[in-house]
Amino acid sequence: MQTGILAFGGYVPRARLQRQVIAAAHSWFTPALKGLGRGERAMANWNEDSITMAVEAGRDCLGGQGSSGLDAVIMGSTSYPFKDRQNAGVVADALTLGSDLMTLDIGGSQRAGTSALMAALQLGGSALVVSAEKRRTKPGNPLELTTGDAAAAFHVGQGDVVACYLGGASRAVDLVDHFRGENGEFDYTWEERWVRDEGYLKIVPDTVAKALQNAGVTIDQVSTFCFPVPSARIASAVARKVGLAPEALADNLQGSCGEAGASHPLVMLAHTLDNADPGDIILVVGFGQGSDALLFQVTDAIRGQQGKGGITGCLKQGYREENYHKFLAFNQLIEMEQGIRSEVDKNTGLTTLYRNKDMVQGLIGGRCTSCNTKQFPKSNICANPECGRFDSQVPEPFADKSAALNSFTGDGLTFSPNPPHYYGMVQFEGGGRLMSDITDVTPDAELKIGMSMRMVFRVKDYDHQRGFRRYFWIATPA
Amino acid sequence: MATGIKDKVAILGMGCSRFGERWMDNAEDLIVEAYSEALEDAGIETSEIGAAWLGTGIDDQHVGKGAIPLATTLRLPYIPVSRVENFCASGTEALRGATYAVASGACDIALAVGVEKLKDTGYGGLPQRGRGTVNDLFWPSLSGPGAFAQLASAYCAKHGVDAGDLKQAMAHISVKSHANGARNPKAHLRKPIDVETVLSAPMVADPLGLYDCCGVSDGAACAIVTTPEIARALGKKDLVTVKALQLAVSSGAEAQHNSWDGSHLVTTRKAAARAYAEAGISKPRDQISLFEVHDCFSITELVTMEDLFISGEGQAVTDVMDGFFDADGSVPCQIDGGLKCFGHPIGASGIRMVYEMYLQILGRAGQRQRSREPVFGMTHNLGGFPHQNVASITIVGREGA
Repeated sequence: MQTGILAFGGYVPRARLQRQVIAAAHSWFTPALKGLGRGERAMANWNEDSITMAVEAGRDCLGGQGSSGLDAVIMGSTSYPFKDRQNAGVVADALTLGSDLMTLDIGGSQRAGTSALMAALQLGGSALVVSAEKRRTKPGNPLELTTGDAAAAFHVGQGDVVACYLGGASRAVDLVDHFRGENGEFDYTWEERWVRDEGYLKIVPDTVAKALQNAGVTIDQVSTFCFPVPSARIASAVARKVGLAPEALADNLQGSCGEAGASHPLVMLAHTLDNADPGDIILVVGFGQGSDALLFQVTDAIRGQQGKGGITGCLKQGYREENYHKFLAFNQLIEMEQGIRSEVDKNTGLTTLYRNKDMVQGLIGGRCTSCNTKQFPKSNICANPECGRFDSQVPEPFADKSAALNSFTGDGLTFSPNPPHYYGMVQFEGGGRLMSDITDVTPDAELKIGMSMRMVFRVKDYDHQRGFRRYFWIATPA
Repeated sequence: MATGIKDKVAILGMGCSRFGERWMDNAEDLIVEAYSEALEDAGIETSEIGAAWLGTGIDDQHVGKGAIPLATTLRLPYIPVSRVENFCASGTEALRGATYAVASGACDIALAVGVEKLKDTGYGGLPQRGRGTVNDLFWPSLSGPGAFAQLASAYCAKHGVDAGDLKQAMAHISVKSHANGARNPKAHLRKPIDVETVLSAPMVADPLGLYDCCGVSDGAACAIVTTPEIARALGKKDLVTVKALQLAVSSGAEAQHNSWDGSHLVTTRKAAARAYAEAGISKPRDQISLFEVHDCFSITELVTMEDLFISGEGQAVTDVMDGFFDADGSVPCQIDGGLKCFGHPIGASGIRMVYEMYLQILGRAGQRQRSREPVFGMTHNLGGFPHQNVASITIVGREGA
């Protein structure tokens, strides 16, 4: 039995903010940003965060909700929505993975993604690794242009792996190239040239050498190198230093997505696997106060999992966003006048949430054991007027059902961070319906009666007063 | 076997405040304005009232909870007073309470008051508010216009109606109501408009523009009811009696079961069928003289024409464009301007509608008086959203009709 990656998935939000509009907005102050003003960066919608993106990547990886037999869900990120509430736990709950597992948040470094993957591989059981980043960046900082929002997920364990884990290594070096302090909103970064010379070019080669030794692989056997820096020049220099031709570097997705922080090595790995051939050896490196390096060898089983969506699929589904102002508003980087309607108290009763957790976080409805009617939410008495049986319902998951749009509107009156607010009646295949918020209505997607919809896990409301946010499942054009 | 309410209760007096943005008036001022008119019309003293009902929708915006605000405002002398709330049917619920009390013999004379003071929020439209702790976890962030706007998309899909043709008919409805409201001195909006104005207005919730939405108003309305015998003993001659009072509330099937297509109101159809049976009306299109419906939005009025069985299914666009519901048409709808222009102080609206029917039947509607003598007047309220709501219907008419 081999240990390695059993399945993989990824997620990139659909909006792609054009970097030239960012650079143009700052040209009066920081004209040097013009050099970064090419390509596009993935931009999370207002209702997306690292938890929701991790859920989408997890669904892509596991083929939907409700996989059984997982021993752990491990998340890696530096942009957790909650400092004290286990983020991996919310992901596990939305994926309806049950309670009989370990959940773990790994953070504190740009290595969080690779460290989560390494920890899961060393754990020995069957684990889901999710990593998602939505980094807040200061307007005008180069990171605003070079970063992007994205997520990746890996099911690791023993069995018919698509990529066998050959081995890896870690080095801890407290080189502070940047940091975000306890109450810091943004990264504070030091000079790039120093980070290149003393950081990337010294720490990474040592780590890679150790990993190669542990894996029993020589550098010339490596076919692809996933190295998550935005700068092609730095990546090439590091590749040469470890003994690889720059052609071995995997696409760092700088042109189409941007660097997704701690998630980026995993995003690049998922993207590489989308197009890898059996036998390929992939080197993945994470960098941040030291370095992680992991080596995988792709197996024949990879063919069964390619072309099903993932990072490659998401990258094809982007649409051009040219409104930099919207990006600032979505990330609370400017204080918008939202009107008195936005002042409605969004307090969540934590007792209410807990009691209704399956319904809210899992989108679990009901199925009548008497008449087989499916409905959402589940209720004491069947919704079918012809039935009306008491206490006849068993849980019925709705999140992965396809649905059709029955009626809809675009509402400019009700409060929305991204007006008009779309919602409508969606009717699930096999029965059941929901008057649902509708999200990600892209400029090219006109809503039509009867059109196919799917459900996605999103932030429903932000309670800015208390720092809480509640999640729910929302319809989007399929 | 239930025999219904027909002709068991007569209207002794009614009153209605001027509706509108009553910036300098509290809800209590509006109540007194409507009550004074009703009391004078009834020709009785407050001490003769045996029980009272207060209908309000959004009490936390004005009077607060309970019935005490009504009792203290009108100095009701320690009689039973109840407060009822059932969304936009709250006023009709108050009337229902008072009417049933008289019919049951529990009291001789009963009072129904509906009031709403909405213009204290700081913004246009209805107050944005929570929907309940569990509902807030999964309901969409919806508004009234957004919920009702969806009738349009579903109606077009079901009947194969072109969205542009539907929008034209909706515009005709609003233009008609503005023309009617212009002749009503108590109406909130009194300016006639043209179709072009409606079609070019800013969008509120697609396809509803600004002029597809009713006025959000402050106002109060009031009814004093008694038995026909007592009314006659008090000197009343031409009695207007209650013919039917029906209510239908969603069972949750529309919201949860795939049997509803979203193009009509299940509740209105149920309530209408029962109301016609109670009133002994078999051909509503021929027998109803005029009616007031819950035109919170133009599309609501349009589908309601079918839900009340006045227009055939899929035929409302044709009837509207033919002027069937205009003030000089076959069956005028919203002859007082409707919610659209008389205004919509939620709790007052149901009673305001009956007030208009009462005035019309007695020939007291002034400039907007229907020339053909009205026999049956019908009113209709819808509270909530099309997928889960309360529908109420009242039919009043000449005694013996």
